[in-house]
Amino acid sequence: MDNPILDIRDLHVWYRTYGGYAKVLDGVNLFVHKGEKVGLVGEAGCGKTTTMRSVLRILPESQVHTPRGQILYHGQDILQMNQRELHHVRTGGVSMIFQEPAAALNPVFTVGTQITDVIKYSGLSKQEKQKDNIKNLAMQAISEVYIADPERIMNSYPNQLSGGMKQRICIAMAIVTARELLIADEPGTALDVTIQDQVHKLLRGLVEKKGMSLIMITHSLGVAREMTDRIYVMYAGNIVEVAKSGDLFRKPRHPYTLGLLESVPKLTGGGMAEGIYGQIPDYLRPPGGCRFHPRCPRAIARCQEEKPNLADLGDGHQVACFQV
Amino acid sequence: MDINTQTAFDVNIPSASTRYKEALRKNWYKFSRNKLSVVGLVIVLAVIVVAVFAPYVAPYPKHAGSFVDYQHANLAPSLTYLLGTDNIGRDILSRIFFAFRGALYMAVLVLVISLPVGVILGLLAGYFKGTWIDTIIMRTTDIFLAVPPLILALAISAVLKPNLTNAMIAVTVMWWPWYTRLVYGMATSLRNEYFVTAAELIGASKFHILFREILPNCLSPIFTKMALDVGWVILLGAALSFVGLGEQPPTPALGQMVSDGSRYMPDLWWMTIFPSLAIIIIILGFNLLGDGIRDMLAKGEHDRG
Amino acid sequence: MTEPIMELKDLKRYFLVHKSGGKQVFVKAVDGVNLTINQGEVMGLVGESGSGKSTLAYAVMGMYKPTGGRIIFKNQDISVSSAKRSLSLKKDLQIVFQDPGSSLNPSQNIKQILELPLKVHGLAKKGDLDKKIIDLLQTVELSPNYMYKSPATMGGGERQMVSIARALATDPSFVILDEPTSALDVSIQAKIINMLLKLQQAKRLTYLFITHDLSLMRNIATRVAIMYLGKVCEMADTVQFFKNPMHPYTRMLLSSIPVVSEEEEALKPQKVVSTGEIPSPVDVPPGCSFHLRCPEKTGLCTKADPVMIEAASGHFVRCHAYAKM
Repeated sequence: MDNPILDIRDLHVWYRTYGGYAKVLDGVNLFVHKGEKVGLVGEAGCGKTTTMRSVLRILPESQVHTPRGQILYHGQDILQMNQRELHHVRTGGVSMIFQEPAAALNPVFTVGTQITDVIKYSGLSKQEKQKDNIKNLAMQAISEVYIADPERIMNSYPNQLSGGMKQRICIAMAIVTARELLIADEPGTALDVTIQDQVHKLLRGLVEKKGMSLIMITHSLGVAREMTDRIYVMYAGNIVEVAKSGDLFRKPRHPYTLGLLESVPKLTGGGMAEGIYGQIPDYLRPPGGCRFHPRCPRAIARCQEEKPNLADLGDGHQVACFQV
Repeated sequence: MDINTQTAFDVNIPSASTRYKEALRKNWYKFSRNKLSVVGLVIVLAVIVVAVFAPYVAPYPKHAGSFVDYQHANLAPSLTYLLGTDNIGRDILSRIFFAFRGALYMAVLVLVISLPVGVILGLLAGYFKGTWIDTIIMRTTDIFLAVPPLILALAISAVLKPNLTNAMIAVTVMWWPWYTRLVYGMATSLRNEYFVTAAELIGASKFHILFREILPNCLSPIFTKMALDVGWVILLGAALSFVGLGEQPPTPALGQMVSDGSRYMPDLWWMTIFPSLAIIIIILGFNLLGDGIRDMLAKGEHDRG
Repeated sequence: MTEPIMELKDLKRYFLVHKSGGKQVFVKAVDGVNLTINQGEVMGLVGESGSGKSTLAYAVMGMYKPTGGRIIFKNQDISVSSAKRSLSLKKDLQIVFQDPGSSLNPSQNIKQILELPLKVHGLAKKGDLDKKIIDLLQTVELSPNYMYKSPATMGGGERQMVSIARALATDPSFVILDEPTSALDVSIQAKIINMLLKLQQAKRLTYLFITHDLSLMRNIATRVAIMYLGKVCEMADTVQFFKNPMHPYTRMLLSSIPVVSEEEEALKPQKVVSTGEIPSPVDVPPGCSFHLRCPEKTGLCTKADPVMIEAASGHFVRCHAYAKM
């Protein structure tokens, strides 16, 4: 196998807060190959957004402390990059789509201005940045996200568009110049089910067509199943299970994954599961050993003392649990 | 083995005093994170202490009154007279200390009157937005806000006898509408919050909704503005006394001292510069304090990653 | 058949939006809804944003006065705004809002939040107020330690439990749940739903459950109604509803749900592809309001608005395709 585009190694990220450091990420390992669609699944507050924001270094730097870890982008550590190198990654390598399309677009500029700005600051050559060409690129990107009448859209303000349209525009901005990796942070969560379905299909189609890699952050196992090749399940700043999408749903192994899967209401009916006991830990004083042990139905004494590492079960299926 | 089956709650309700202490500790942490806020607090406390105990801390308490000593007039700052003396021999430092009293007195009284009036009117108008209550209150407010504040204060002070009380009336009259506007804006958005609706649907009284549900959520900007306003009221008071409409001589007032001294510029520079510096320091102190209060009362500081 | 507790008869709620040209333009948020909710039922009202499901709930709560139609609760006409409703009616009818962040006052602690309904309705004497609050916390499975916590320091799930405790404090018989778990994680949602169902059994409550989540309704509702642009387009018993979804919009919704197993995948209508967006309720398309997105539309659909018919026993649908049969 070739080298991964992005390789996050043992990433620790802490936040400075009242009462000390909130130790949010506790050794995250994650990699993405070229053309691969990877899902990062976990519940609110598990650190999935923190992980991906560290990739682009868009966390508030004064509040963030990274005691350990590397984020290798083509072998180069993003955490060590200077502003110029970082700018290069942001404008030419990795782009990101956020959960709230309404907040991601500036209400006082037209959609056209915002898309063309992306092109102006991209790594394209002077010639390619000629006025006509910029406009063409922008129009092309808008039609690629299946919006009719790109000319009119270019001249409209974000608040004249529906939520689904805005998210399509955000996608257009993310793909308007060539990128290798797209990070989508819950792109459909703020949208209605039918619109979410359209946006997800669009996103998957575009990524496949352009041969990009995708990291899909989501809280929904269902969305991850339909969108990705490989899924990382995250709990409280740790990756607890990694598997190919099919394997994860056919034979989930980690107690957290099992609990999560059970909790999803099923179209087949059969009533509601119990849910998972307790709640996500306080990151100021995270539990020792396995961070899931206070909520785990299968916890043993060892889980309180020792942190389980990801163990390989074959075919890329890895689980961090002593009981497996 | 299952270690997670304990269902009985281990009851551990903190006592009133520990809750109070914890709240205090947390507020101090948020306030003191910005060192400038602490500087502001120190300045404000120092000014208050000096004003309250002026007769004891001022080197020459007698100089605050009608005191004349031509032998020691026009002296530059020295160890005997730290900030020098004025044209009739009074110690500038002592007079500044006593002038703090009038300044703070005025600020406190103006705010004690205009704040509740403004806040209550703003709450009413905001909660009853769109009704005649809103119209009457807010149009009246607009009228007051339309008049330039200093001019109005000048007019009132000029019609009435020029003294500290009338200066205070003048400032109060033009101060409350700002609180009304501030609280109005907050109340109009807060009344649409679900917790207000929930209280209405439970059947809570209007009084409860206004003062228990809405008002507590307006306190942060009110207090912040109040701290800033102390500085502004003092500045306005100084401006009024500068033009002779505030505290009358021989009682010292900062504006009046600056005004008196300006006639002797630049030779007796200390007569003007030190009272001016005193004004600047007070206002700076209250501004920094205001920032600190805002930081302290800011919510949503504990986002999880 | 059990007794109806709540009946909505041709309920309408319009909002005036001013528009230049001197013409009054209305948003027809709820446009002629007929709905009967029986005692002890969990009625699932499903729709996307802009469908009018929340407006309907708020009209029932009296937050809006209906523009037309009637709301009958326990054989009593309550089609007035909440200001005109009696205290005893307010006690009997409660709501849990969607956003647990905004439904609890951030400047109060849990004790202050929970004591309001007890005080307003005289449900506790001064001396045993604390005990009552602890009881309330325990009905929603929270420890008494929460008494003096502030909502800001709690997780979304815990906050929603407090909201539920507050709604149940007055011992109501009818509770509207307005997307109570849609802002929460599934593991917490499962806990809260289980708790709500337990409480429903224990206190013999009737729920009107507003949601966009059809899979959730599959598991807990006794009946399901789908709303689209202010109108109910399909309504049936839950089992019947999912066995044979009739309305094209229902099928589009079902086909859009992301699922986690092959068995579920098999239940989704396969041939329907989600297209278009819900139009602005300011200009609802003529004829059937769904025809712009409908894969099965005919000429008739662009002209005439279909009426609700009973296509199978207890299965109502508002679509021309079934009227012909």
